[in-house]
Order: sequence, then structure tokens, then C-alpha cells
Amino acid sequence: MNTRKAKHGRLLTVIFTIISLIYVFPIALVVINSFKKKAYISRAPFSLPTEKTFVGLENYINGIEKTGFFEAFGWSLFITVFSVIAIILCTSMCAWYISRVKNKITNTIYYLCLFSMIVPFQMVMFTLSKIANMLHLNNPVGIIVIYLGFGAGLAVFMFAGFVKSIPIEIEEAAMIDGCTPIQTYFKVVMPIMKPTCITVAILQAMWIWNDYLLPYLVLDIRKYKTIPIAIQYLKGGYGSVDMGAMMGVLVLGIIPIIVFYLACQKHIIEGVVAGAVKG
Amino acid sequence: MKMKKVLAAALSAAMVAGVFAVPVSAEGGKVYYLNFKPEQAEQWEELAAAYTDETGVEVSVVTAAAGTYESTLKSEMAKTEVPTLFQVNGPVGLATWKDYCYDLKDTEVYKSLKSDDFALINEDGSVSGVAYVIETYGIIYNKAIMNEYFETEGAVVTSMEEINNFDTFKAVVEDIQAKKDELGILGAFTSAGMDSSSDWRFKTHLANLPIYYEYQADGIGSTDAIKGTYLDNYKNIWDLYINNATCEPTLLSGKTGEDAASEFALGEAVFYQNGTWAYNDIQGYEVADEDLGMMPIYIGVEGEENQGLCTGSENYWCVNSQADEEDIQATLDFLTWVITSETGKTALTQEMGFVTPFSTIGDEYTPNNPLVEAANEDIAAGHKTVAWNFPTMPSENWKNAVGSALLEYAQGTGEWDSVVSAFVDGWATEYAAAHAE
Amino acid sequence: MLCSPFLKERGKNMEKAIKKYWPVFLLPTMLAFTIGFIAPFIMGIYLSFCKFTTVTDAKFVGLANYAKIFGDPTDPFAHSLWYTALFTIVSVLLINILAFAVAMLLTKKIRGTNIFRTVFFMPNLIGGIILGYIWQLLLNGILMYFQKTLTYSSVYGFWGLVILMLWQQVGYMMIIYISGIQNIPGELIEAAKIDGASPRQILFKVTIPMVMPSITICTFLTLTNGFKLFDQNLALTGGEPSKMSELLALNIYNTFYGRAGYEGVGQAKAVLFFILVAVIAIGQNRLTRTKEVQQ
Repeated sequence: MNTRKAKHGRLLTVIFTIISLIYVFPIALVVINSFKKKAYISRAPFSLPTEKTFVGLENYINGIEKTGFFEAFGWSLFITVFSVIAIILCTSMCAWYISRVKNKITNTIYYLCLFSMIVPFQMVMFTLSKIANMLHLNNPVGIIVIYLGFGAGLAVFMFAGFVKSIPIEIEEAAMIDGCTPIQTYFKVVMPIMKPTCITVAILQAMWIWNDYLLPYLVLDIRKYKTIPIAIQYLKGGYGSVDMGAMMGVLVLGIIPIIVFYLACQKHIIEGVVAGAVKG
Repeated sequence: MKMKKVLAAALSAAMVAGVFAVPVSAEGGKVYYLNFKPEQAEQWEELAAAYTDETGVEVSVVTAAAGTYESTLKSEMAKTEVPTLFQVNGPVGLATWKDYCYDLKDTEVYKSLKSDDFALINEDGSVSGVAYVIETYGIIYNKAIMNEYFETEGAVVTSMEEINNFDTFKAVVEDIQAKKDELGILGAFTSAGMDSSSDWRFKTHLANLPIYYEYQADGIGSTDAIKGTYLDNYKNIWDLYINNATCEPTLLSGKTGEDAASEFALGEAVFYQNGTWAYNDIQGYEVADEDLGMMPIYIGVEGEENQGLCTGSENYWCVNSQADEEDIQATLDFLTWVITSETGKTALTQEMGFVTPFSTIGDEYTPNNPLVEAANEDIAAGHKTVAWNFPTMPSENWKNAVGSALLEYAQGTGEWDSVVSAFVDGWATEYAAAHAE
Repeated sequence: MLCSPFLKERGKNMEKAIKKYWPVFLLPTMLAFTIGFIAPFIMGIYLSFCKFTTVTDAKFVGLANYAKIFGDPTDPFAHSLWYTALFTIVSVLLINILAFAVAMLLTKKIRGTNIFRTVFFMPNLIGGIILGYIWQLLLNGILMYFQKTLTYSSVYGFWGLVILMLWQQVGYMMIIYISGIQNIPGELIEAAKIDGASPRQILFKVTIPMVMPSITICTFLTLTNGFKLFDQNLALTGGEPSKMSELLALNIYNTFYGRAGYEGVGQAKAVLFFILVAVIAIGQNRLTRTKEVQQ
């Protein structure tokens, strides 16, 4: 019985190893093609680079030049980091307030947040980009406000769910000791909420880093491109597609994500689970 | 209760601010050029940078992806930082943007035109747009392979001069296709790539021919309803393209113009429908400059023996009258610089390879482009130039619909009838929609 | 918590103290929320009844935009609706079944579980635009052997998108299912075994009911992801051929930005789209939640 089980287990390991390899294949394929001359990529995507087709780093250099990749990377990073910080700080405060102060307004806010979660972006894309433009939010700093506004729903909802589980006595004790609500929040509440902060941060970062349409419509794309915008621009901006440059940029676009993932894998997976349970 | 009011006030204030916020005007004159021609995107960016280096005036260039110029222009015009320099493709485009066109009558760029034919002049004498490039297209062919073909046994013709109508051309193409292995090529024609970035070669440029002949027959220059008299000819030439090419028609939806250019440049195909601007893409590979030729696109219309190449312009510069005064001035200065300074003239003619209509740009600037030479030879031979009538097509949407139908027909998932209906019925509805108000 | 009147009183005091601080706690989020959501949403509804090219020149036209949504031969909105619905159903089913199956296997003690988990989850972090181009290369490469391309017909685009979505989302849902499965008390399964339940019975009578909350979440996520899909669609097929592989979100986007004079129609479509998503999301939630209660 036991040996049969062990055999079974080994078989599964083998099967999953094969599936894992298949899973990684698309990415490997892009890496392979990124070293081939552009004319050979769409003709024979599955062949390895040969002496005749190998181009070294030319595709990467081309791609970086055509898309302004490093600049795009910088803006992507800037927008993601500061938007996430803004979202965590502002929405957690908002969530604590509406959980502790109960009246019609806070109740309405809570339900509005819930409601905003199911509204598709297409519903507001046009008006949102117009408003952003009129308020001069069409730059990497302004877009933080937009992300805070559009991402508030989910974040407030998740924080509010967590605040409910914090015993109110702790906060009362702090306030009796003479803390103002602001001090209470930062000294007592915020530290307790740290796990939720990480969860929210991960979910929002995954969204903002990869977001294409919102920054494309909101930002002044002459000056600021994020990575997804830069890649999409490569497709249309030069009349036809330079497959070589495309491959190079795709690889460059994937590398930071994989590095980040391998570094924070534990937090990311826990964050996703926690987010799902609350959501 | 009080708080509710405050909150309500704050919310509505924010909303009002959102709707009515007044734009803050920008300091100093700036130029924002929304470029139509993706082939020259990089050269424009370089030229803009050179101007900024020289004068300190900021010039930004954005190029709309192929087939999206109309929508990009629209969305950019709605922003606070509007394009100061944009393009219309001719009278149809002008109709939409008339109110945005600064009168160029007293500007250097208009006064430098060799002829008023190259300007868009309104009834009241004001000048809305100025053409900056004259282009020619036809079927580019590889002389070296053609010469090889003439040597083959049973060749239909023995010189290019004999090909002066559709039937002969068809026989030649089919013969070449049959002898492709002998000639060491993959097909007579390059792949007719119908990827959305590249299908303008067929939905716009090739479609010009049936429109041109219909206008000629009816003695008109534009119409609100096309009859489609020459659509069978359109079908014939399209069939020829797709059935005698380097790839199966079922692959066309994924093929791009770049694929076709590289096939031609590597000597894998003999014929390649494109224009003078394509030289940039095909030079420097296997095909020598002296082997490049260009012949008319025959579609089987009576009297086509004397037909020439298609020459015209669909690129008119317009200066945005709604931009700030300073920006308008900066833009006019920039344009003057482009057509008078050494850097600008060289960039326009040598790097972008344009034939321009400006008197400031002399013959010494004639671009070093064998395709331009071929175009000049064609005129010298006394052929009748085919005018560019495609700027009278009713809308981008019309072109896209025709392109889709062409593709579906080519790959066998659609009927030719839907091309006809997209062409004829679509023209009427799109024209009506565009002129609704 | 059992509240004595005294405690309740103290709670009230605290509430009063906090209440005054609304400009600090509430205002920043609410201002951004107004700009980023409430104002655009309200204006969006209003504009769906207007003809406009920019916001400032809106003219009220009543229901004219809604009337124009269907029946335009160059704009297959109805097709797009069915295409999206079908795509969503297929991808929801496949993703969840596969994710659940993989989760079941990976919670058995086999070697390398952690590595497999890492690998399966990874595609999820890659953005839709990048994913689209990766799969375009791969699938077009395979289809080339059959002299076809992804944009040859909408059927190819359909399955291309489904495969792409599977690759992206199975790992994510798997993680959620794994945590659900691990939360089932071991005694429950042991008890069922002692009672002589077959593995099949255990699966359907114990495991699945116990992970119902995970199923609720995962179907909700895959359902809304499917309906709102945009980036992947744009990059993989761009809606070709003839707009036949356009999902709703892309169709709306193209109506807005691809056609002069159709902004109002685009906005009207967006309102319909919103209502559809809302109805489905709420309906799905009701349905699976009642299932949870019953068990």
C-alpha cells in the first residue's frame, strides 16, 4: 500500500515536472527569439539562433532605444511605489474612520466603495481621462491621485474588514492615556494592521504595475510612458512591428517582475490568499 | 448634519472643479507635431531634437499608429496641450478640421510653394493646409530577376516595355510563379500583409485605382456615393496578388508590411506594391539600387496602356488656430526652418527621402532614391499620372471595413460580395454619417 | 463582545473624539475617490445621453445613443456580447476545474510541491500586454505549420485567449484552492474514510462543500476577469479579423476612440456593460453564497 502510494507520488512529480517545463516554455521562447535577427523571428520561432541568425544584444539595444525603456521603467516604478504608498496610508485611515464613526455618511461611503469594485473601467475611462486632464493630473504625480481614487474601493473594503477584528479596547486605552486620534492611529492601529497593509500593497502593486489603459489615457504620453505603454507603442508607432526589438523589450519587461516575485514570493502568495478570503 | 453639509459641499466643489477647471496657459512658445507618417517617425524625432538644440524651442513629435491618425488627433485635440501642427489628408479631412486651421496665407511655408496646386485653399482665399511631400506608388519590381526571367524558356515577354496592360501582366506573373524554383524565388509577389498596421497598401492605395477610373469615367473629383463600376478589376488585381505570392493567403492576417519589405529586399519576390517612401526599408540588403524599378498598377481598364504611376499627396500641414498665439508663432518658425535651413532641407529630402513642393529646396536636394528616379522616368515617358483620389474616401472606418472584407475574402472566410458591399454601401452610409451635421 | 452600558458610553466618547478629525482621515481618500470614481461615474451616465466629442460640447440627445448600439453593420456589438459571454463561461469553467484539480494533487505530499506552486503562479504577475505578445509569437508559430494565423478566424482568437487566460490564472486560483483545501480539518476526511466513503464520495460530499467559500471567490474573480478582459485581447488579436475577436471592453474602447462622432454611443455601451457586470457579479454572489449556507 505504502509503496504504491510512493510510486504514485513519484509519477505525479514527473508529470508536474513536465507540466512546469511546458509552463515556462513561452517565456523561454521569447528569450531565445530575442537573440535572433528580426527577419527570422516570425518565420521560424522555434528554431534556436544559429551563426547566421544570431544578433547578440542588437535587439535589446534597438528595443531600449525605440521605447525609451529605462525611462519607462523609471516611471512605472515611480507611479507604482508612490501610488501604493498613498493608497495604503489614505485608505487605511479612511477605513478606520468609517468603522469607528458610525453614521449615515460613513455607511454610504462604505457601500460606495463596495459598489465601485464592480464598475468596469470602460464605464469611466473617457470622463476620468478628461477630468484628469482638466485638473492637470496628466503627469506621474497626478496619476497617483487617480489611482488612489480608482483603487480606493477594494482597499477601503479590505481594511474595513480587518478593523472590525481589532478590539476597540486597545484604542480606548490609548486615548485615555491622552493620545489624539491621529496618534492613536499611527501608534496603535497601524502596527496591528501591518499584515493587511502588505496584502493590499501586493494586490494594488500587481494591478498598477501592469495597468495599460488607465495610464495610456491619463498620462501625457509624449512625456511619460510606462512599460506596457512603451511596448504597445512599439507595435503601432513605427508603421510596422520590429519583432526583434519587441522580443528584447518583452524580456526586459519580464525580468523585474520575476526578480520581485522570487524575492517576495512568500508575501505575494500569502497576500493573494488573504486578499481572496476577505474579498 | 453639519458635517454632511460640509462633505456634500466638498464633494460638489470637487466635481465642479473637475468639470470647469480652467487650463493654466503654458509659458513660452512650444511646438507639438502630430505626425501622420510612421515610416519617418524616427527622422522627425531627430529633426525636432536638432531644432531644440539650435534654438532652445521645445518641439515634441508624436506619431500616430497606422490607421489611427483620425482618432489620435481627436483625442489629442481634446487635451489641454493640443497639437500645434497636425495633418489632414486632403479635402475630406479638412472638412472635419476646418475650424482648427490657421490661415497660412501670409506665411513663409505657403509662399514657398511652387504652385497653388499643393495647397488647400478655401473659397474665401484663406489657406488651410500646405502639402509637404509628393509621393508616387506603383508596383516596385526587381530588374535583376526580371532579366533572368526574360531568358527563361517560353517567357511571355522579353522586356518590361511589353507589359503595358493587365492581361499581359497577369500572364507574366503567373508564368513567374510557375517558374519560381527555377528563378530561385519564393513567389512573384511579396506577401500581401493584411495586419492592421499594414493593410493600407490595399484598402487605400490599391483601392485608389477603381475609384480613380470611376471618377474619370463620370468626370467627377469626389462623390457621396460610389457606384463600384471597376470593382471587378479590383478583384482581378487582388486575386493576382494573393494567389501568386510568397505565402498562402490564409497567413495574410498575420503578415506585416515589414515582412513584405524584407521578402523583396532579400530577393525572394519580384513584385512589391508600394511607393517611393519604401526605399528606406529595402535599401542595403540583397537588391542593388540599380535593380529597383517601378511600374504602373494595371487593373484591366480600357486604354490603360498609357497609364502611369500614382502620384499625389495626402499629407498637408495645418497649424492649429486654437493653440496659444505663442505656440502658433513657434510652429510657423519651426516650419520655416524646416524648409529653409540646411539641416531641415537635408533631413526632409535625404533622410526622409521626400520629394517636396517647395521652391526653397532646389534640385541639388533631389533625394538619392532610385524609386523617385523611376517616377520621373515614368513622367518623362509621357504616361498619364493617376491622381490620388483616396483622400476622398469617406472615413477611416470605411477603409477598415473594406480592409477586413478584403482579408476575409483572401483567406477564404468571406465572399467578394462583402467587399463590394463594404465598398459601395459602406461609402454611402459613412459619407452620410460624416456629413450628418 | 458583551457590552456593558459603561463600555458603550466610552465607545461613544471615542467616536465623538475621532469624528472631528474627518479632514485628516476621510478627506484625502474621499477627494481622490470623487475625482477618480464618483464624478467620472456620474458624468459617464449623463454623457451616455449626449452627443459629444469633448466633455464641454455635450448636447443632450436622449436615448439616441442607445438606439444606435445595435444594428450597425460595421460594428458587431451583439456578436461581441455573445463572444464575451461564451469566452467567460469557457474560461471560468476550465480555469476553476484545472486549478482545483492541480490544488488537490499539490496538497498530496509529493516532492517539489513548492517549486511547482512557484512556477504555476508566476505568469499571473506578468501584465496583459506582455502576455499577449508572448502568446502571439508562440501560437502563431504553431499555427504556421497549418498555414494559419491567430487572426485567421475568431475561433482561433477565441481559443488563443482561453489558453492565455488558463496560463495566467490557473496558478492564482490554485493558490486560493490550496488554502481552502488545507483548511479542511483532517479528522473530517478520516471520519468519512472510516465510515467507508469512496474517494469519489469524499470529494463530492466532503471536500467540495468544505471549499465552497474558495469556489465562490474564484468564480467571482474569473468571471469578472473574463468579462472585463482588455489588455490581453488588444495585444493578442487586436480584435481581428473584422472585429470578430473583439471582447466587449475592446469593442467599447474602439467605438470611443476609433470612430469620429461615436463617443456617445461608446459611453452608452459602457453603461450597458456596467449594468451587465453588476448584475452578473451580484447574481453570482447570491447564488454561491446560498450554496454555502445550505451546506
